[in-house]
Amino acid sequence: MFGYNLENLIMKKPVIKVEVSTEAHSKNSNSRRQFLKMGSLAIAGSSLFLYGCNNDDDSMDPDPGMVFDLGSGNLGILNYAYALEQLEAAFYTKVVEGSYYKGLADGSDEKILIEDVWYHEIIHREFFKTAITAVAPNDITPDLEFDFGTVDFSSRASVLGTSLVLEDTGVAAYNGAGQLIDVTAPMGGTYLLLAGKIVSVEARHASAFADLINPGSADFARDSILVDLGGTGKSYDRALPPSEILAAVGATGFVTTEFTANNLPAS
Amino acid sequence: MNLLKILDNLSNEELLNTKSSRRGSISQFTNASKSVALASIPFALAATSGKAKAATASMSAAAFQATPTEVLNFALTLEYLERNFYQIGMDTDGLIPQADRAVFAQILKHETSHVAFFAAALGDAAISEPTFDFSGKGLMLDTFENYATFMALSQGFEDTGVRAFKGQAGALANDNDLLTFALQVHSVEARHASQVRRMRGQKGWVTGGTATSNGLPAVFDGIYAGEGNTVQGGVELAGLFGSFGGPDAVQEAFDEPLTMAEVNAIAGNFIVS
Repeated sequence: MFGYNLENLIMKKPVIKVEVSTEAHSKNSNSRRQFLKMGSLAIAGSSLFLYGCNNDDDSMDPDPGMVFDLGSGNLGILNYAYALEQLEAAFYTKVVEGSYYKGLADGSDEKILIEDVWYHEIIHREFFKTAITAVAPNDITPDLEFDFGTVDFSSRASVLGTSLVLEDTGVAAYNGAGQLIDVTAPMGGTYLLLAGKIVSVEARHASAFADLINPGSADFARDSILVDLGGTGKSYDRALPPSEILAAVGATGFVTTEFTANNLPAS
Repeated sequence: MNLLKILDNLSNEELLNTKSSRRGSISQFTNASKSVALASIPFALAATSGKAKAATASMSAAAFQATPTEVLNFALTLEYLERNFYQIGMDTDGLIPQADRAVFAQILKHETSHVAFFAAALGDAAISEPTFDFSGKGLMLDTFENYATFMALSQGFEDTGVRAFKGQAGALANDNDLLTFALQVHSVEARHASQVRRMRGQKGWVTGGTATSNGLPAVFDGIYAGEGNTVQGGVELAGLFGSFGGPDAVQEAFDEPLTMAEVNAIAGNFIVS
């Protein structure tokens, strides 16, 4: 049903190729790809997210012409967001089919919470699909395929832990993407506002998952996920560039459809 | 984020008018609270349908855009308000139950940091700390005697904060550093809001455009005006997700902005001078 790329599974090779190789990464212009690891992606007790990819022999690369590239400018950012929303929506679709979710009491806060998040991410995904199709029907991110084989959908810890990582990553992704949106382009201001409308919902999700995992604690906005600005303390969410987000997402192995991000704006 | 760089950016505008712009900021709040007091149903002011519509379109319409200094002072005012509120709450014996103190200590820590950052970024252009009245002036709220009231106000302040920062994204769009910094504060406010809402037995996300649909009395309607919006990017989404939570889920999936004036009308109820 997934039709995933066996080669990628065997090699455990991230299929998202990130080459946002403008001035920001000029120091690494020799390396054909850059895979960055994001420490926060490492769930305690799990090694699922820890492998990076130094496997850079490209003998098995498909024809680059066949691989979708997210594109440039605001379209590229929309396609980037759409890819992330596809990932989240696909994940929660698996969650609600799994035995952990199904075993929750109907009407319980926890079941309603997860169902809500599933709804929200489906709505985000379909919204982006509609919005991008309206302006660039031939250049929209294709329907991506996913493999969540490393997640135990019968396990509360596995489901909630993965949910938290995805939501925290979404927050950092939208925060980092805001400045990449060209507000002088048509609809640019609308896109920036939309990113703002969605990122705070992702943050609400992240907060809720963290509190489900460790109720009543400070984890909803914990020091380990926040950063310091100007020496005033760890009180700010991260804002990460697409290169780091996509490398981290690629390292999860969840995305099995290969695509590239070679032309996203870098600043 | 480099504070010096922010200062540098700000020095490009009317920093020389520090004194008068400071006075301007304060009188702005004073005016807001005066007009609110006259109305005698303060929070309902911003809840008229016209204003709800304006909230939805506030950024794209861009009828009024503040300067970065005005935006930062606006943010600083809200952070001052929140820091004061949580500091008094934490300092009031018997108000916050032991089991909830870790949460509010964390929120207080963040608001304190945010105040420090905005104040440092503004330097001499920073407004001085306002005097607050958390009884809501005419509202006569028992904020620090009644934990339920404290929690309700906390939810209201955090949800307002999320909408306030969102509403200023357009005004900061030409300065990547300021925009990114504001986003990094904005999502932390959303984390706070979700937590406090859930502690109150509410969903972590905003449902519907009224206070009562978010577990607060109708006097707080201004905080949620416009949150019932289901049109995003010109697309009416309300009818498209019948199998996925319907219009409620659509409303929850997108948080809406408030204009600076709308936020000032809300905050003005708690600012004496």
